[in-house]
Amino acid sequence: MLYFSVPLGKLVRRVSRLRGGGSALPGLVVEKIDPGFMQRTLSTLPLGVAVVSGTNGKTTTTKMVVELLESQGLKVFTNRTGSNFTRGVAAALLGEVDWRGRLEADVAVLELDEAHAVHFVNKVPPRYSLLLNVLRDQLDRFGEIDKTAELLQHIASKTTGTVVLNREDPRVARIAATLDGPEVLYFGLDDSLLSTFPNDDDMRAAPGSPVPAAPARPAADVVLRRVGADDADFEYDGVTVTTAMKLRGVYNIFNAAAALTLARAISGARGTGTDQAGLVSALSKVAPAFGRGESLVVDGLPLELVLVKNPSGFRLGLKSFPAAGYATMIAINDNYADGRDMSWLWDVEFDTLRDGGVDQLTGSRAYDMALRLQYDDVAIGAVDTEIAPALAAFIRGAQGKPKRIFCTYTAMLAIRRELSKITTVEVVS
Amino acid sequence: MTPQSPESAHGPSFGHELPPENPAVPSKGTIRVLQLYPRDMNIYGDWGNALVLAQRLRWHGYTPELLEYNVGDPFPADVDLIVGGGGQDSGQLVIQDDLLSRESTLKALAEDGMPMLVICGLYQLFGKFFKTRLGSVIPGIGVLDVETHGTDERLIGNVTVSSPEFGSILGYENHSGQTTLGPGVAPLGTTAKGTGNNSTDGQEGARYRNIVASYLHGSLLPKNPALADFLIRTAVERKYGSFTPGTPDDSYAVLAREHAARRPR
Repeated sequence: MLYFSVPLGKLVRRVSRLRGGGSALPGLVVEKIDPGFMQRTLSTLPLGVAVVSGTNGKTTTTKMVVELLESQGLKVFTNRTGSNFTRGVAAALLGEVDWRGRLEADVAVLELDEAHAVHFVNKVPPRYSLLLNVLRDQLDRFGEIDKTAELLQHIASKTTGTVVLNREDPRVARIAATLDGPEVLYFGLDDSLLSTFPNDDDMRAAPGSPVPAAPARPAADVVLRRVGADDADFEYDGVTVTTAMKLRGVYNIFNAAAALTLARAISGARGTGTDQAGLVSALSKVAPAFGRGESLVVDGLPLELVLVKNPSGFRLGLKSFPAAGYATMIAINDNYADGRDMSWLWDVEFDTLRDGGVDQLTGSRAYDMALRLQYDDVAIGAVDTEIAPALAAFIRGAQGKPKRIFCTYTAMLAIRRELSKITTVEVVS
Repeated sequence: MTPQSPESAHGPSFGHELPPENPAVPSKGTIRVLQLYPRDMNIYGDWGNALVLAQRLRWHGYTPELLEYNVGDPFPADVDLIVGGGGQDSGQLVIQDDLLSRESTLKALAEDGMPMLVICGLYQLFGKFFKTRLGSVIPGIGVLDVETHGTDERLIGNVTVSSPEFGSILGYENHSGQTTLGPGVAPLGTTAKGTGNNSTDGQEGARYRNIVASYLHGSLLPKNPALADFLIRTAVERKYGSFTPGTPDDSYAVLAREHAARRPR
């Protein structure tokens, strides 16, 4: 059957591209005139749909899952444009289907925002879901993190095949007890690494206060055993595999365990076996997604962008990237996409920056950050709420030194834009 | 009631520590600051309030001692100042019975003029009751003459409060419970931006003896040093008879306030 909506949607897509318009409009059009388009198209995929959600790490993890599956010879559809709303998925589909509405792919791997994923899974029940974490950002949107956990639970409840859960995040791991349909697989951490992943509930125990014993944890399909400077150990099928990693930051490497678990489940479902060596080789080559732990070269020296969106992420960023030898800038915006509430800065300890201080602060809430650092006795170089001049001053002042910028999401976008104006930006990894 | 929430029974603890002290400065005395239920009531950066009190005590020349009280702990003696935080609804359920068992202790301290700061969840539970949206009643300890009713509406965003005692107070609110004040308490102030206690009367927070209660969560004290210094001065005067202030540098606080005031709701 030929659906009129597809050629029309593709036409809208072409026109809106010519006008330099947004990516979601064609999705909106096709949703309006043909509400069954997305469900109908995705239901033809032999290995079904996999949804990746959680508060943090969706983009990089989705990218990893796609590259791991491609290493297995699978053709993967994904919402690469980063539009992680239902409408964005429909728009991305329009770009991939032929004029008769057929999608040539084995599986779809979709990054979905927690709130929008609920609408999506009501329309398209996924065969697989991967639920990463419930961290304390976006409280200005969801009110409470328990509410966010309920959204993820709903995704899991709609999943028909396999749900992959983070064993180390109590709110995510608890979802298993609410499921009786799908198979549950976990990804997990070695005990020795647990302390590098403080969860939000552990944030404020006093120094030296008794440590409650960790409860027994279920067996995980993939366990991250060790994180090295540029490699990592993963255990699965009873064997520990060491692989080089281009990704930096322990949270990215933990998400690699998540991606491995999902990719193994999907490729295993074909019945033709999984090429384990190919998986590991693909994993070693995955580069971070745009702006997320990217390493750039500016004036011949590394400049690292570390995206920080919540206290756990900021603390992990500070732990993952030691300050010694680096010039440091922090850019804090409070736009909608960053989270409007600044309270979370007080749940991050900045003592690791005390020795070297922070060279430059910027962003709409630069002075909130300055105040936070003042209370942790961290010396501050300059403060300028305007990102463009602050970035220029930072780069000028830190000549001859590698640089690191901790930034919220919209600050990261602004910095990327400015960097390409003032210098040649070469993406290393 | 289990001694702690299932969440906190997970993995190791990660305590914040105070920055190192400057040993060269002789102390004018020690002030013991007690954090109430930091394990279960701390979702919105409440550590900031404890840190600000501790550091400002130092900047005023005093030595802070930070204590904490969690569910099931013995209640520490010789406390000079009490802070209590926000938390999720689930955190309130965890601490509820334990808090009720401390009702007489906390009431006696409050009546005796102990300076206290209670934010959001503990503000609600320091009142008479919290009636949930579905009609069940969570009893509070009645230190404050306020009552709270759960609603479907969540009040979220930047807030500016005009306070007769403390000038303008800046912060952020995020709550679904709406609180109304009885005749036994005064409001902390009236909202110039944001909602405050409830969506009808334009009042925010509560004042009773030396207690400050507010919905402005987490980072209330950093950007409102006048409030922090009120709590500190009261604690020091109660213990030592008089307070000799130091000279904290509040220039970043002033600038952070100016920028916060200009941000949209």
